[in-house]
Amino acid sequence: MDIFGVPIQALLGQVLIGLINGGFYAILSLGLALIFGLLNIINFAHGAVYTAGAFVAWLLLEYLGIGYWGALLFAPGIIALIGIFLEKTLVSQIYRQDHLYGLLLTYGMALIIEGGFRQVYGVSGIPYNLPEALSGGVNLGFMYLPIYRGWVVVVSFVVCILVWYVIERTKLGSTLRAATENPALTKAFGINVPRLITLIYGLGVGLAAFAGVLAAPIYQVNPLMGSNLIIVVFAVVVIGGMGSIMGAILSGFALGVVEGLTKVFYPPASQLVIFIFMAAILLIRPAGLFGRKQ
Amino acid sequence: MSDTSAKKPAVLKVENLQAWYGESHILHGMTFDVNEGEVVTLLGRNGAGKTTTLRSIMGIVEARTGVVEINGKSALSVPAHMISPMGIAYCPEERGIYKSLTVRENLMLPPVIAPGGMTVDEIFELFPNIAERLNSGGGNLSGGEQQMLAIARILRTGCRLLLLDEPTEGLAPVIVQAIGRVLKTLKSRGYTILLVEQNFRFAATVADRHYVVEHGQVIDQIANSDIGRESGRLHEYLGI
Ligand SMILES: Nc1ncnc2c1ncn2[C@@H]1O[C@H](COP(=O)(O)OP(=O)(O)OP(=O)(O)O)[C@@H](O)[C@H]1O
Ligand SMILES: [Mg+2]
Repeated sequence: MDIFGVPIQALLGQVLIGLINGGFYAILSLGLALIFGLLNIINFAHGAVYTAGAFVAWLLLEYLGIGYWGALLFAPGIIALIGIFLEKTLVSQIYRQDHLYGLLLTYGMALIIEGGFRQVYGVSGIPYNLPEALSGGVNLGFMYLPIYRGWVVVVSFVVCILVWYVIERTKLGSTLRAATENPALTKAFGINVPRLITLIYGLGVGLAAFAGVLAAPIYQVNPLMGSNLIIVVFAVVVIGGMGSIMGAILSGFALGVVEGLTKVFYPPASQLVIFIFMAAILLIRPAGLFGRKQ
Repeated sequence: MSDTSAKKPAVLKVENLQAWYGESHILHGMTFDVNEGEVVTLLGRNGAGKTTTLRSIMGIVEARTGVVEINGKSALSVPAHMISPMGIAYCPEERGIYKSLTVRENLMLPPVIAPGGMTVDEIFELFPNIAERLNSGGGNLSGGEQQMLAIARILRTGCRLLLLDEPTEGLAPVIVQAIGRVLKTLKSRGYTILLVEQNFRFAATVADRHYVVEHGQVIDQIANSDIGRESGRLHEYLGI
């Protein structure tokens, strides 16, 4: 069966790849949106943190024999702790400053992290094996589905929904939203906003590291894996609307699929299509699809 | 003031409080105190520095010097989030209802810092409107409802010292009356209240004492029992 002259297998294959990329976009832009909302900082180190997640997974395996499942838990945990340390020592110094300082600091952090990995491990990429339980694939009749890819789509979706639930439906989440909307008044109620900020930075970078571990078996562990991705993720955040949680999730998955479909119907535009979207959205709705006007 | 020396120390003591917004020097030595169970007002024209005084007490304005003592402890050098736990709660002039929170979430946001605060049921009794709007977004309330919610949410905390900034501003007369009843209820329950008001006729129905603020200083103090006799002076201060 063909759709507009494209075999349905090819189409669904690209939709799947789109959903996988969309999952990474969603997790990363979710973390960026959380951090931007509360810290008012655009975390340019986010792509490097994703890279670091993949590297920590590989290091855990290489030196401690901790495999994929352990890495999925420990790599984000370790990265979150490092993030919390960096927030307390470095990032917290610049909240009162111009946005430019946040940009310089986090971009500098990204260069150091990526440069460090490149120096030690080179740029060729280190393979990371699929976990045993998720290798192989199933024939769905209309297409062949590698199990690991299906897993990535499902788990990234579940993680996004979990984070959304915590932010929108729990007491901790309402406190976070309050601190995001009016930090001064929230402090005046006796709520420890500085600690919430630290927590959110830890959560945001932990999510990025989690995406990095998920990506390791698909893309190999490579010092540049994050910087390739993060530009698109910034576009996703702009389209979804800075600071909107559901916006980040939906536009992450949707734009992944749009990108995948463009690869089928008009491959030359596939690298561009998200940025064309971004430009159009900025013209029509400068606050983003789900953003509130400030 | 002569009879205060025999009483317990002031619940709120402010002495020579100076405050700045950036370069502009706004408070030039505010001095006043509030004793337990009293309702005390700060009266004064627009821009006199009443709101700035409350914001300085709560640590929202950070550039400040002088003395602020809450229940005998200095509140000037502690981080902003440690001030409310000293027993003080703040209802801002702009009401500060969070749009990204529901009415219920707004109500439940301020942490309970001492036992003896009102239960949610008692609050609903005092503010029946809020009970009906629990699932609305904070941004969907009318001005009166916002004001009620802004007062209601600090009554859960167990704080016994309340700072209320112009709770009647811009509200319809029936709502002003309702808020007046709430303030009298709070007073009868022994709450200590520092009330900022422009409407001194309203203030006179609940307050024990009034401080007149001008250019960031207290320039006069009037006992509520003298307010009839002093109304000419007050009119002059307030320019009404
Ligand atoms: N955020 C700010 N930045 C700079 N100046 C400010 C700021 N807020 C208030 N001011 C100035 O500080 C002075 C005191 O303002 P404040 O709000 O304390 O007055 P107020 O007595 O509460 O007046 P009102 O009765 O209008 O509420 C005013 O001159 C005002 O213009
Ligand atoms: Mg004011």
